Amino acid sequence: MYQYDKYDQAMVDARVADFRDQTRRRLTGEMTEEQFRPLRLMNGLYLQLHAYMLRVAVPYGTLSSRQMKMLGHIARKYDKDYGHFTTRQNIQYNWIKLEDAPDILADLASVEMHAIQTSGNCIRNISADQYAGVAADEVADPRPWAELLRQWSSFHPEFTYLPRKFKIAVIASTEDRAAMRLHDIGIELVKRDGKIGARVFAGGGMGRTPMIAPEISEFVSEDEIISYVEACLRVYNRYGRRDNKYKARIKILVHELGVAEYRRQVEEEFAHIKTLGIDPPVAELDRIRAFFADPPYETGLSDAIDRSDPDFALWVDQQVAAHKQPGYAIVNISLKPITGIPGDASSDQIELMADLAERYSFDELRVTHAQNIVLPSVRKADLYTVWQQLRGAGLAEANLDLITDIIACPGLDYCSLANARSIPIAQKIAQRFADPVRQRELGEIKLKISGCINACGHHHAGHIGILGVDRKGTENYQLLFGGSGAEDCSLGTIAGPGFDENGVVDAIEKATDLYLAQRQPGERFVDTYRRLGMAPFKEAIYG
Amino acid sequence: MVDVISFRDDASSQEPTVTVESFAGQSNATAVRLEPGEDARDLLPYLTRLSLIEVNFPVFGDGRGYSAARILREAGYAGELRAVGDVLVDQIPLMRRCGFDSFVPDVPLDAAAVDAALNRYPEVYQKTADARSPIWALRHG
Repeated sequence: MYQYDKYDQAMVDARVADFRDQTRRRLTGEMTEEQFRPLRLMNGLYLQLHAYMLRVAVPYGTLSSRQMKMLGHIARKYDKDYGHFTTRQNIQYNWIKLEDAPDILADLASVEMHAIQTSGNCIRNISADQYAGVAADEVADPRPWAELLRQWSSFHPEFTYLPRKFKIAVIASTEDRAAMRLHDIGIELVKRDGKIGARVFAGGGMGRTPMIAPEISEFVSEDEIISYVEACLRVYNRYGRRDNKYKARIKILVHELGVAEYRRQVEEEFAHIKTLGIDPPVAELDRIRAFFADPPYETGLSDAIDRSDPDFALWVDQQVAAHKQPGYAIVNISLKPITGIPGDASSDQIELMADLAERYSFDELRVTHAQNIVLPSVRKADLYTVWQQLRGAGLAEANLDLITDIIACPGLDYCSLANARSIPIAQKIAQRFADPVRQRELGEIKLKISGCINACGHHHAGHIGILGVDRKGTENYQLLFGGSGAEDCSLGTIAGPGFDENGVVDAIEKATDLYLAQRQPGERFVDTYRRLGMAPFKEAIYG
Repeated sequence: MVDVISFRDDASSQEPTVTVESFAGQSNATAVRLEPGEDARDLLPYLTRLSLIEVNFPVFGDGRGYSAARILREAGYAGELRAVGDVLVDQIPLMRRCGFDSFVPDVPLDAAAVDAALNRYPEVYQKTADARSPIWALRHG
């Protein structure tokens, strides 16, 4: 994976010093909270309901064991012994003291990590496919481009005060594991005439006005990607709405201008910008690419897995994905135990996952947007040992992509924007569907919960989505069906009036019962919904 | 006299600026003020006769002026490019990178603080309107 050189390290170290000074000025009262706010936000430090929350960037979701260990250390030393992995492939700490924040950033910098631009109206951490580099279906490892974009976007002087936050995802497979088209800019690397380039989408997003990003360019050559993205951003920075925070994302601009007109403006700006020499040379991409070369895989390994332990066999079937290299497998570690909090991991669990990566996965881990962890390259012969150790730490839940693998935002338990709690709803649903046989019978169901209209829990993109709202002072949960963040990207439709927290669990059960009764061979829940439409589901849950 | 923080070798312009609208009708004005919603490209035909372009930042969070500055510099404008309004110390380095070379903040800034802000980061990652070499160029120099 990528390693900092002296330049990268100096920039991150400078940020630590910078923030230490800003925090000192705030603590001594030299600076007001109002003046401090935009500065701390640029460093991912939010003031939540009960404490400060620090969001640490995990660029394109890739971590080394050493970095993962540091995340465990920070949880233990500065927080309440746990961290929360997020839908942006980052980690958040919910109980941070302001005076500790500079020391935390210094600890992070010691392992080439930071919290730069994890908040604020700027270009946020770049996300990517969690199977990058090990998936059999990719045209290239997307992470070198993601790293190139990380560097380009870091402290970008023109794009630090955008109309609103800006999220970019990079994938390189036709299967979309990163919800690419629900980003402000989505990049799909493709191959044309033997050359790699970017298919660029712009104007996707969730929030209160969800939109699927339309294609803006079918092919941008790899040595002009930075110019092209800069053109996309410049048009947005100049013409994105600033009169209304809720209409300020690029999706509204693209929608109001129309795709053709936005594209025309981008092309015009691109024609100008690419003459300025702002694209790094291909040698820089090659330099970065070298860090992402395959690890020294063993060859001649067997693909056989001893399935004699039935619990292990079930876990393998659910959590293990195909690896490009014979004899290896991709291991998904569920952070969704039935009674747990989606995405949370204790310091001990974080350190155990780091140890496993060090010993069995070439020192590397990934964070997924579904709030799970991946060990990207495990020998099939080691799977049983890895599973045993995960089981000993409460990390062997076999529910990947099943109904209890729930994405949930922090909700009203933590967040000052939330209207309703998310975590307890996730737990109630998980408990209702806890029976593993029943979960497997239901098959793939992506269930996503947001505690307010800002949609941090991706409810629009859930096969089943739940939106918590405040109705006259009580929490009310609306149910949506038919969304997807994958390559079959679609936005969910609200079924009808909302429910209380028990009612919404009952309604989900009625909907899944209908699916079981009506499904045709091979159909997932969302396929049956798409075939039948909303009417029978409505009847089942309200009838 | 206006108190100007200047990074130019020549003296700062003291000429009062006119609006973009009134500028278009005046053949002799050499100083103009650009508001956030106005298009910097409307000024491109007149760059050679302009000696001062003021870009107004009514609120610090409105970042349109950063693009305006780069567009003017990319078009070859070499005169004074001044940021005025809600200009804060932590923004000066970004503005310098976009091509601003003078500042008249609503609230006067401490010179030492400006200096510290400008020297905080050792290098830059992007090629923009200033002369600084981006890190990728240093790596492959």
